[in-house]
Amino acid sequence: MTRSALLVLADGRFPAGGHAHSGGAEAAVKAGRVRDAASLEAFCRGRLHTAGLTAAGLAAGAALGLDLHELDAAADARTPSPALRAAARRLGRQLMRAARATWPGPGLDALAAAFPRGAHQPVVLGVTARAAGLGPEDAAHCAAYEAVGGPATATVRLLGLDPYRATAVLARLAPEMDEVAARATAAAREGVDALPAASAPLLDITAEQHAAWPVRLFAS
Amino acid sequence: MHLDHGHTHHGAISADARRPDGTRRALRVGLGGPVGSGKTATVAALCRALRDTLSLAVVTNDIYTREDAEFLLREAVLPPERIRAVETGACPHTAIRDDISANLEAVEELEDAVGPLDLILVESGGDNLTATFSRGLVDAQVFVIDVAGGDDIPRKGGPGVTTADLLVVNKTDLAPYVGSDLGRMARDAAEQRGELPVVFTSLRSEEGVGPVAAWVGERLAAWTAAPAPTA
Repeated sequence: MTRSALLVLADGRFPAGGHAHSGGAEAAVKAGRVRDAASLEAFCRGRLHTAGLTAAGLAAGAALGLDLHELDAAADARTPSPALRAAARRLGRQLMRAARATWPGPGLDALAAAFPRGAHQPVVLGVTARAAGLGPEDAAHCAAYEAVGGPATATVRLLGLDPYRATAVLARLAPEMDEVAARATAAAREGVDALPAASAPLLDITAEQHAAWPVRLFAS
Repeated sequence: MHLDHGHTHHGAISADARRPDGTRRALRVGLGGPVGSGKTATVAALCRALRDTLSLAVVTNDIYTREDAEFLLREAVLPPERIRAVETGACPHTAIRDDISANLEAVEELEDAVGPLDLILVESGGDNLTATFSRGLVDAQVFVIDVAGGDDIPRKGGPGVTTADLLVVNKTDLAPYVGSDLGRMARDAAEQRGELPVVFTSLRSEEGVGPVAAWVGERLAAWTAAPAPTA
Protein backbone atom coordinates (compact mmCIF):
# COMPACT_ATOMS: atom_id res chain seq x y z
CA MET A 1 0.00 0.00 0.00
CA THR A 2 1.09 3.54 -0.58
CA ARG A 3 0.20 5.89 2.23
CA SER A 4 0.45 8.95 0.00
CA ALA A 5 -2.12 7.55 -2.44
CA LEU A 6 -4.48 7.28 0.52
CA LEU A 7 -3.94 10.97 1.24
CA VAL A 8 -4.70 11.88 -2.38
CA LEU A 9 -7.93 9.85 -2.36
CA ALA A 10 -9.10 11.08 1.05
CA ASP A 11 -8.30 14.74 0.36
CA GLY A 12 -11.41 16.90 0.44
CA ARG A 13 -10.10 18.59 -2.71
CA PHE A 14 -10.21 15.34 -4.68
CA PRO A 15 -12.52 16.46 -7.50
CA ALA A 16 -15.31 13.93 -7.17
CA GLY A 17 -18.30 16.13 -6.43
CA GLY A 18 -18.52 15.79 -2.65
CA HIS A 19 -18.33 19.54 -2.07
CA ALA A 20 -21.94 20.01 -3.21
CA HIS A 21 -23.35 17.53 -0.65
CA SER A 22 -23.90 18.08 3.06
CA GLY A 23 -24.59 14.49 4.13
CA GLY A 24 -27.87 15.54 5.67
CA ALA A 25 -26.35 18.45 7.59
CA GLU A 26 -28.33 21.11 5.72
CA ALA A 27 -31.64 19.58 6.77
CA ALA A 28 -30.39 19.09 10.34
CA VAL A 29 -29.23 22.71 10.54
CA LYS A 30 -32.58 23.96 9.25
CA ALA A 31 -34.42 21.83 11.82
CA GLY A 32 -32.22 23.21 14.59
CA ARG A 33 -30.73 19.83 15.45
CA VAL A 34 -27.25 20.99 14.45
CA ARG A 35 -26.52 24.47 15.81
CA ASP A 36 -23.01 24.38 17.31
CA ALA A 37 -19.90 22.20 17.61
CA ALA A 38 -21.43 19.90 20.23
CA SER A 39 -24.55 19.15 18.17
CA LEU A 40 -22.42 18.77 15.04
CA GLU A 41 -20.39 16.15 16.89
CA ALA A 42 -23.50 14.27 17.91
CA PHE A 43 -24.81 14.39 14.35
CA CYS A 44 -21.51 13.18 12.90
CA ARG A 45 -21.20 10.40 15.48
CA GLY A 46 -24.67 9.16 14.57
CA ARG A 47 -23.95 9.27 10.88
CA LEU A 48 -20.56 7.58 11.29
CA HIS A 49 -21.98 4.57 13.14
CA THR A 50 -24.93 4.12 10.77
CA ALA A 51 -24.62 5.29 7.15
CA GLY A 52 -20.84 5.60 7.60
CA LEU A 53 -20.42 2.02 8.79
CA THR A 54 -22.58 0.70 5.96
CA ALA A 55 -20.68 2.70 3.35
CA ALA A 56 -17.35 1.59 4.81
CA GLY A 57 -18.38 -2.06 4.53
CA LEU A 58 -19.36 -1.65 0.88
CA ALA A 59 -16.12 0.18 0.10
CA ALA A 60 -14.02 -2.47 1.84
CA GLY A 61 -15.89 -5.19 -0.03
CA ALA A 62 -15.25 -3.56 -3.39
CA ALA A 63 -11.58 -3.09 -2.54
CA LEU A 64 -11.38 -6.78 -1.60
CA GLY A 65 -12.70 -7.71 -5.02
CA LEU A 66 -16.19 -8.95 -4.05
CA ASP A 67 -18.73 -9.18 -6.87
CA LEU A 68 -19.59 -5.62 -7.91
CA HIS A 69 -23.16 -6.32 -8.98
CA GLU A 70 -23.87 -8.00 -5.66
CA LEU A 71 -22.29 -5.10 -3.83
CA ASP A 72 -24.27 -2.53 -5.78
CA ALA A 73 -27.49 -4.44 -5.13
CA ALA A 74 -26.54 -4.60 -1.44
CA ALA A 75 -26.04 -0.83 -1.47
CA ASP A 76 -29.48 -0.34 -3.05
CA ALA A 77 -31.06 -2.57 -0.41
CA ARG A 78 -29.38 -0.54 2.32
CA THR A 79 -30.51 2.83 0.94
CA PRO A 80 -34.30 3.13 1.36
CA SER A 81 -34.48 6.81 0.33
CA PRO A 82 -34.82 7.25 -3.46
CA ALA A 83 -33.20 10.69 -3.15
CA LEU A 84 -30.16 9.18 -1.44
CA ARG A 85 -29.98 6.33 -3.95
CA ALA A 86 -29.93 8.89 -6.76
CA ALA A 87 -27.31 10.98 -4.96
CA ALA A 88 -25.14 7.91 -4.32
CA ARG A 89 -25.20 6.88 -7.99
CA ARG A 90 -24.54 10.42 -9.16
CA LEU A 91 -21.58 10.74 -6.79
CA GLY A 92 -20.46 7.30 -7.91
CA ARG A 93 -20.36 8.52 -11.51
CA GLN A 94 -18.50 11.65 -10.52
CA LEU A 95 -15.95 9.67 -8.50
CA MET A 96 -15.54 7.20 -11.38
CA ARG A 97 -14.65 10.06 -13.70
CA ALA A 98 -12.06 11.47 -11.32
CA ALA A 99 -10.68 8.04 -10.50
CA ARG A 100 -10.27 6.97 -14.13
CA ALA A 101 -8.32 10.12 -14.88
CA THR A 102 -6.21 9.74 -11.72
CA TRP A 103 -5.51 5.99 -11.60
CA PRO A 104 -6.38 4.66 -15.06
CA GLY A 105 -6.58 0.90 -15.35
CA PRO A 106 -8.69 -2.10 -16.30
CA GLY A 107 -10.51 -2.36 -12.95
CA LEU A 108 -12.10 1.06 -13.22
CA ASP A 109 -12.74 0.61 -16.95
CA ALA A 110 -14.62 -2.60 -16.23
CA LEU A 111 -16.66 -0.86 -13.54
CA ALA A 112 -17.54 1.99 -15.90
CA ALA A 113 -18.57 -0.51 -18.59
CA ALA A 114 -20.71 -2.52 -16.16
CA PHE A 115 -22.41 0.56 -14.66
CA PRO A 116 -22.72 3.25 -17.34
CA ARG A 117 -25.30 5.10 -15.18
CA GLY A 118 -23.05 4.87 -12.16
CA ALA A 119 -22.63 2.47 -9.27
CA HIS A 120 -23.16 3.46 -5.63
CA GLN A 121 -20.38 5.79 -4.50
CA PRO A 122 -18.91 3.48 -1.81
CA VAL A 123 -18.60 0.67 -4.38
CA VAL A 124 -16.75 3.00 -6.75
CA LEU A 125 -14.63 4.18 -3.82
CA GLY A 126 -13.52 0.62 -3.10
CA VAL A 127 -12.63 -0.09 -6.73
CA THR A 128 -10.77 3.22 -6.83
CA ALA A 129 -8.80 2.33 -3.71
CA ARG A 130 -7.82 -0.95 -5.35
CA ALA A 131 -6.74 0.89 -8.52
CA ALA A 132 -4.63 3.21 -6.38
CA GLY A 133 -2.84 0.27 -4.81
CA LEU A 134 -4.72 0.61 -1.53
CA GLY A 135 -6.35 -2.08 0.58
CA PRO A 136 -9.84 -2.65 2.02
CA GLU A 137 -8.97 -0.96 5.33
CA ASP A 138 -7.95 2.15 3.41
CA ALA A 139 -11.18 2.19 1.44
CA ALA A 140 -13.17 1.77 4.66
CA HIS A 141 -11.24 4.62 6.30
CA CYS A 142 -12.01 6.90 3.34
CA ALA A 143 -15.73 6.07 3.54
CA ALA A 144 -15.80 6.61 7.31
CA TYR A 145 -13.99 9.91 7.01
CA GLU A 146 -16.27 11.10 4.19
CA ALA A 147 -19.29 10.25 6.35
CA VAL A 148 -18.29 12.95 8.83
CA GLY A 149 -16.03 15.25 6.84
CA GLY A 150 -18.81 16.29 4.45
CA PRO A 151 -21.29 17.36 7.17
CA ALA A 152 -18.54 19.17 9.09
CA THR A 153 -17.49 21.27 6.07
CA ALA A 154 -21.10 21.95 5.15
CA THR A 155 -21.88 23.12 8.68
CA VAL A 156 -19.00 25.58 8.57
CA ARG A 157 -20.61 27.10 5.48
CA LEU A 158 -24.20 26.91 6.71
CA LEU A 159 -23.75 28.21 10.24
CA GLY A 160 -20.54 30.16 9.94
CA LEU A 161 -19.35 27.69 12.58
CA ASP A 162 -15.78 28.29 13.74
CA PRO A 163 -13.74 26.09 11.39
CA TYR A 164 -11.26 25.20 14.15
CA ARG A 165 -14.04 23.81 16.30
CA ALA A 166 -15.48 21.88 13.36
CA THR A 167 -12.10 20.35 12.63
CA ALA A 168 -11.64 19.51 16.30
CA VAL A 169 -14.91 17.55 16.08
CA LEU A 170 -13.37 15.43 13.33
CA ALA A 171 -10.22 14.90 15.36
CA ARG A 172 -12.23 13.78 18.39
CA LEU A 173 -14.09 11.28 16.21
CA ALA A 174 -10.86 9.80 14.81
CA PRO A 175 -10.68 6.80 17.18
CA GLU A 176 -14.29 5.95 16.35
CA MET A 177 -13.58 6.25 12.63
CA ASP A 178 -10.76 3.72 13.08
CA GLU A 179 -13.10 1.42 14.94
CA VAL A 180 -15.81 1.71 12.26
CA ALA A 181 -13.29 1.06 9.49
CA ALA A 182 -11.99 -2.03 11.30
CA ARG A 183 -15.49 -3.42 11.89
CA ALA A 184 -16.48 -2.75 8.28
CA THR A 185 -13.38 -4.42 6.90
CA ALA A 186 -13.78 -7.47 9.13
CA ALA A 187 -17.37 -7.87 7.98
CA ALA A 188 -16.44 -7.46 4.29
CA ARG A 189 -13.95 -10.31 4.63
CA GLU A 190 -16.92 -12.55 5.48
CA GLY A 191 -18.62 -11.74 2.18
CA VAL A 192 -21.46 -9.58 0.84
CA ASP A 193 -24.10 -11.16 3.09
CA ALA A 194 -22.14 -10.18 6.20
CA LEU A 195 -21.87 -6.49 5.30
CA PRO A 196 -23.21 -4.03 7.88
CA ALA A 197 -26.74 -2.74 7.24
CA ALA A 198 -26.95 0.02 9.83
CA SER A 199 -29.16 2.93 8.88
CA ALA A 200 -30.38 6.25 10.28
CA PRO A 201 -34.10 6.57 9.54
CA LEU A 202 -34.14 10.29 10.29
CA LEU A 203 -31.40 10.89 7.71
CA ASP A 204 -33.49 8.98 5.17
CA ILE A 205 -36.65 10.93 5.98
CA THR A 206 -35.00 14.34 5.97
CA ALA A 207 -33.14 13.50 2.74
CA GLU A 208 -36.49 13.00 1.05
CA GLN A 209 -37.80 16.29 2.44
CA HIS A 210 -34.60 18.15 1.55
CA ALA A 211 -34.76 16.92 -2.05
CA ALA A 212 -38.09 18.75 -2.39
CA TRP A 213 -36.93 22.09 -0.98
CA PRO A 214 -37.14 24.85 -3.59
CA VAL A 215 -34.24 26.77 -2.01
CA ARG A 216 -31.17 24.97 -0.72
CA LEU A 217 -27.40 25.28 -0.80
CA PHE A 218 -26.48 21.61 -1.05
CA ALA A 219 -27.57 18.84 -3.40
CA SER A 220 -28.19 16.45 -0.48
CA MET B 1 -5.16 15.95 -18.40
CA HIS B 2 -4.23 12.33 -18.70
CA LEU B 3 -5.72 10.63 -21.70
CA ASP B 4 -4.57 7.12 -22.35
CA HIS B 5 -5.81 5.97 -25.71
CA GLY B 6 -4.67 2.45 -24.87
CA HIS B 7 -7.60 1.64 -22.65
CA THR B 8 -11.27 1.38 -23.47
CA HIS B 9 -13.34 4.49 -22.99
CA HIS B 10 -16.76 4.43 -21.46
CA GLY B 11 -17.63 8.07 -21.15
CA ALA B 12 -15.30 10.88 -22.02
CA ILE B 13 -12.96 12.27 -19.44
CA SER B 14 -12.82 16.00 -18.98
CA ALA B 15 -12.09 18.05 -22.08
CA ASP B 16 -11.89 15.27 -24.67
CA ALA B 17 -12.98 16.79 -27.97
CA ARG B 18 -14.93 13.71 -28.95
CA ARG B 19 -17.78 11.73 -27.47
CA PRO B 20 -17.55 8.04 -26.60
CA ASP B 21 -18.90 7.12 -30.04
CA GLY B 22 -16.09 9.08 -31.70
CA THR B 23 -18.15 12.04 -32.90
CA ARG B 24 -17.17 15.59 -32.07
CA ARG B 25 -18.88 16.97 -29.01
CA ALA B 26 -20.52 20.38 -28.77
CA LEU B 27 -18.50 23.54 -28.23
CA ARG B 28 -18.77 24.54 -24.56
CA VAL B 29 -18.77 28.22 -23.69
CA GLY B 30 -18.72 29.37 -20.05
CA LEU B 31 -20.32 32.61 -18.89
CA GLY B 32 -19.17 34.00 -15.56
CA GLY B 33 -19.18 37.29 -13.71
CA PRO B 34 -20.38 39.09 -10.61
CA VAL B 35 -23.92 38.83 -9.24
CA GLY B 36 -26.44 40.88 -11.18
CA SER B 37 -24.24 41.75 -14.14
CA GLY B 38 -26.64 40.11 -16.59
CA LYS B 39 -25.28 36.60 -17.16
CA THR B 40 -28.68 34.94 -17.27
CA ALA B 41 -30.11 37.72 -19.43
CA THR B 42 -27.15 37.28 -21.80
CA VAL B 43 -27.71 33.52 -21.94
CA ALA B 44 -31.41 34.07 -22.64
CA ALA B 45 -30.67 36.58 -25.39
CA LEU B 46 -28.03 34.27 -26.93
CA CYS B 47 -30.52 31.42 -26.98
CA ARG B 48 -33.08 33.58 -28.76
CA ALA B 49 -30.48 34.78 -31.26
CA LEU B 50 -28.97 31.36 -32.02
CA ARG B 51 -31.67 28.74 -31.49
CA ASP B 52 -33.03 28.89 -35.03
CA THR B 53 -29.67 28.11 -36.62
CA LEU B 54 -27.94 25.97 -33.97
CA SER B 55 -28.75 23.02 -31.75
CA LEU B 56 -28.04 24.32 -28.26
CA ALA B 57 -28.43 23.64 -24.56
CA VAL B 58 -27.72 25.42 -21.28
CA VAL B 59 -26.28 24.37 -17.91
CA THR B 60 -26.88 26.73 -14.99
CA ASN B 61 -24.93 26.78 -11.72
CA ASP B 62 -27.23 28.48 -9.28
CA ILE B 63 -25.88 29.29 -5.85
CA TYR B 64 -28.83 28.26 -3.75
CA THR B 65 -31.90 27.86 -5.93
CA ARG B 66 -32.94 26.76 -9.36
CA GLU B 67 -33.87 30.34 -10.08
CA ASP B 68 -31.64 30.91 -13.10
CA ALA B 69 -32.81 27.67 -14.69
CA GLU B 70 -36.39 28.62 -13.90
CA PHE B 71 -35.96 32.07 -15.40
CA LEU B 72 -34.79 30.48 -18.65
CA LEU B 73 -37.71 28.04 -18.53
CA ARG B 74 -40.21 30.81 -17.83
CA GLU B 75 -38.83 32.87 -20.67
CA ALA B 76 -39.15 29.75 -22.81
CA VAL B 77 -35.84 30.47 -24.54
CA LEU B 78 -35.30 26.72 -24.98
CA PRO B 79 -37.40 23.59 -24.42
CA PRO B 80 -37.06 22.40 -20.79
CA GLU B 81 -35.11 19.26 -21.71
CA ARG B 82 -32.31 21.49 -23.01
CA ILE B 83 -31.75 23.23 -19.67
CA ARG B 84 -30.02 21.62 -16.66
CA ALA B 85 -29.26 23.06 -13.24
CA VAL B 86 -26.15 21.99 -11.31
CA GLU B 87 -26.15 22.39 -7.53
CA THR B 88 -22.96 23.89 -6.20
CA GLY B 89 -22.91 23.46 -2.41
CA ALA B 90 -22.56 27.18 -1.67
CA CYS B 91 -19.42 27.41 -3.79
CA PRO B 92 -20.16 28.24 -7.44
CA HIS B 93 -16.51 28.74 -8.33
CA THR B 94 -15.65 25.26 -7.04
CA ALA B 95 -18.15 23.69 -9.41
CA ILE B 96 -16.77 25.48 -12.47
CA ARG B 97 -13.08 25.39 -11.65
CA ASP B 98 -11.81 23.08 -8.89
CA ASP B 99 -14.23 20.16 -9.07
CA ILE B 100 -15.93 20.20 -12.44
CA SER B 101 -17.40 16.71 -12.19
CA ALA B 102 -21.05 17.74 -11.75
CA ASN B 103 -20.87 20.14 -14.68
CA LEU B 104 -19.21 17.53 -16.90
CA GLU B 105 -22.00 15.13 -15.98
CA ALA B 106 -24.56 17.77 -16.96
CA VAL B 107 -23.04 18.62 -20.34
CA GLU B 108 -22.63 14.97 -21.27
CA GLU B 109 -26.15 14.10 -20.16
CA LEU B 110 -27.48 16.92 -22.31
CA GLU B 111 -25.60 15.63 -25.35
CA ASP B 112 -26.89 12.12 -24.68
CA ALA B 113 -30.47 13.26 -24.12
CA VAL B 114 -31.03 15.93 -26.78
CA GLY B 115 -27.91 15.74 -28.96
CA PRO B 116 -26.28 16.11 -31.30
CA LEU B 117 -25.61 19.63 -30.08
CA ASP B 118 -23.56 22.40 -31.65
CA LEU B 119 -23.20 24.55 -28.55
CA ILE B 120 -23.61 24.27 -24.78
CA LEU B 121 -23.64 27.44 -22.69
CA VAL B 122 -22.45 26.87 -19.11
CA GLU B 123 -23.55 29.71 -16.87
CA SER B 124 -21.74 30.21 -13.58
CA GLY B 125 -23.55 31.28 -10.44
CA GLY B 126 -22.92 34.93 -9.67
CA ASP B 127 -19.57 35.05 -7.95
CA ASN B 128 -16.63 37.36 -7.65
CA LEU B 129 -13.96 38.81 -9.89
CA THR B 130 -11.63 35.84 -9.42
CA ALA B 131 -14.04 33.16 -10.65
CA THR B 132 -12.95 31.54 -13.90
CA PHE B 133 -13.84 28.28 -15.62
CA SER B 134 -11.59 25.26 -15.82
CA ARG B 135 -10.22 24.50 -19.30
CA GLY B 136 -11.29 20.95 -18.53
CA LEU B 137 -14.91 22.09 -18.64
CA VAL B 138 -15.22 24.82 -21.27
CA ASP B 139 -13.48 25.63 -24.54
CA ALA B 140 -13.94 29.38 -24.19
CA GLN B 141 -15.23 31.70 -21.52
CA VAL B 142 -17.09 34.97 -21.42
CA PHE B 143 -16.88 37.28 -18.41
CA VAL B 144 -19.87 39.58 -17.96
CA ILE B 145 -19.58 42.78 -15.93
CA ASP B 146 -21.84 45.82 -16.04
CA VAL B 147 -21.37 49.56 -16.01
CA ALA B 148 -23.45 49.97 -12.85
CA GLY B 149 -21.10 47.73 -10.85
CA GLY B 150 -18.50 50.48 -10.98
CA ASP B 151 -16.47 51.75 -13.91
CA ASP B 152 -13.24 50.89 -12.06
CA ILE B 153 -13.76 47.12 -12.42
CA PRO B 154 -11.75 46.82 -15.67
CA ARG B 155 -8.90 48.78 -14.07
CA LYS B 156 -8.91 46.50 -11.01
CA GLY B 157 -8.50 43.48 -13.28
CA GLY B 158 -8.56 40.02 -11.71
CA PRO B 159 -8.58 36.67 -13.51
CA GLY B 160 -12.07 37.09 -14.99
CA VAL B 161 -11.50 40.53 -16.49
CA THR B 162 -7.92 39.81 -17.50
CA THR B 163 -8.05 36.30 -18.96
CA ALA B 164 -11.60 35.65 -20.22
CA ASP B 165 -11.74 35.01 -23.96
CA LEU B 166 -14.42 37.70 -24.24
CA LEU B 167 -15.17 40.51 -21.80
CA VAL B 168 -18.74 41.79 -21.98
CA VAL B 169 -19.52 45.18 -20.43
CA ASN B 170 -23.29 45.08 -20.06
CA LYS B 171 -26.02 47.64 -19.30
CA THR B 172 -24.43 50.47 -21.27
CA ASP B 173 -27.87 52.13 -21.29
CA LEU B 174 -27.39 52.79 -17.55
CA ALA B 175 -24.05 54.58 -17.93
CA PRO B 176 -25.46 58.14 -17.88
CA TYR B 177 -27.51 57.42 -14.75
CA VAL B 178 -24.71 55.90 -12.69
CA GLY B 179 -21.96 58.20 -13.89
CA SER B 180 -19.88 55.47 -15.51
CA ASP B 181 -17.33 56.50 -18.13
CA LEU B 182 -17.54 53.95 -20.98
CA GLY B 183 -14.42 55.35 -22.66
CA ARG B 184 -12.43 54.86 -19.50
CA MET B 185 -13.76 51.32 -19.09
CA ALA B 186 -12.74 50.51 -22.67
CA ARG B 187 -9.24 51.94 -22.20
CA ASP B 188 -8.72 50.16 -18.87
CA ALA B 189 -9.99 46.87 -20.32
CA ALA B 190 -7.67 47.15 -23.31
CA GLU B 191 -4.75 47.77 -20.97
CA GLN B 192 -5.58 44.70 -18.87
CA ARG B 193 -6.42 42.41 -21.77
CA GLY B 194 -4.09 43.27 -24.62
CA GLU B 195 -5.43 41.65 -27.77
CA LEU B 196 -8.37 39.89 -26.10
CA PRO B 197 -11.73 41.27 -27.25
CA VAL B 198 -14.16 43.45 -25.29
CA VAL B 199 -17.74 44.21 -26.31
CA PHE B 200 -20.25 46.66 -24.86
CA THR B 201 -23.88 45.57 -24.72
CA SER B 202 -27.29 46.75 -23.69
CA LEU B 203 -29.84 43.97 -23.66
CA ARG B 204 -32.76 46.40 -23.58
CA SER B 205 -32.89 46.29 -27.35
CA GLU B 206 -33.66 43.28 -29.52
CA GLU B 207 -30.23 43.20 -31.19
CA GLY B 208 -28.35 44.05 -27.99
CA VAL B 209 -26.65 40.67 -27.69
CA GLY B 210 -25.46 40.82 -31.32
CA PRO B 211 -21.73 41.33 -30.61
CA VAL B 212 -21.67 38.37 -28.22
CA ALA B 213 -23.61 36.18 -30.64
CA ALA B 214 -21.16 37.10 -33.41
CA TRP B 215 -18.20 36.18 -31.23
CA VAL B 216 -19.80 32.83 -30.32
CA GLY B 217 -20.38 32.23 -34.02
CA GLU B 218 -16.68 32.78 -34.74
CA ARG B 219 -15.64 30.39 -31.97
CA LEU B 220 -18.04 27.78 -33.27
CA ALA B 221 -16.72 28.13 -36.81
CA ALA B 222 -13.17 27.64 -35.52
CA TRP B 223 -14.27 24.63 -33.46
CA THR B 224 -15.96 22.86 -36.36
CA ALA B 225 -13.14 23.76 -38.78
CA ALA B 226 -10.48 22.19 -36.55
CA PRO B 227 -9.21 18.80 -37.78
CA ALA B 228 -11.56 15.97 -36.85
CA PRO B 229 -10.44 14.40 -33.57
CA THR B 230 -8.93 10.96 -33.89
CA ALA B 231 -10.79 8.07 -32.36
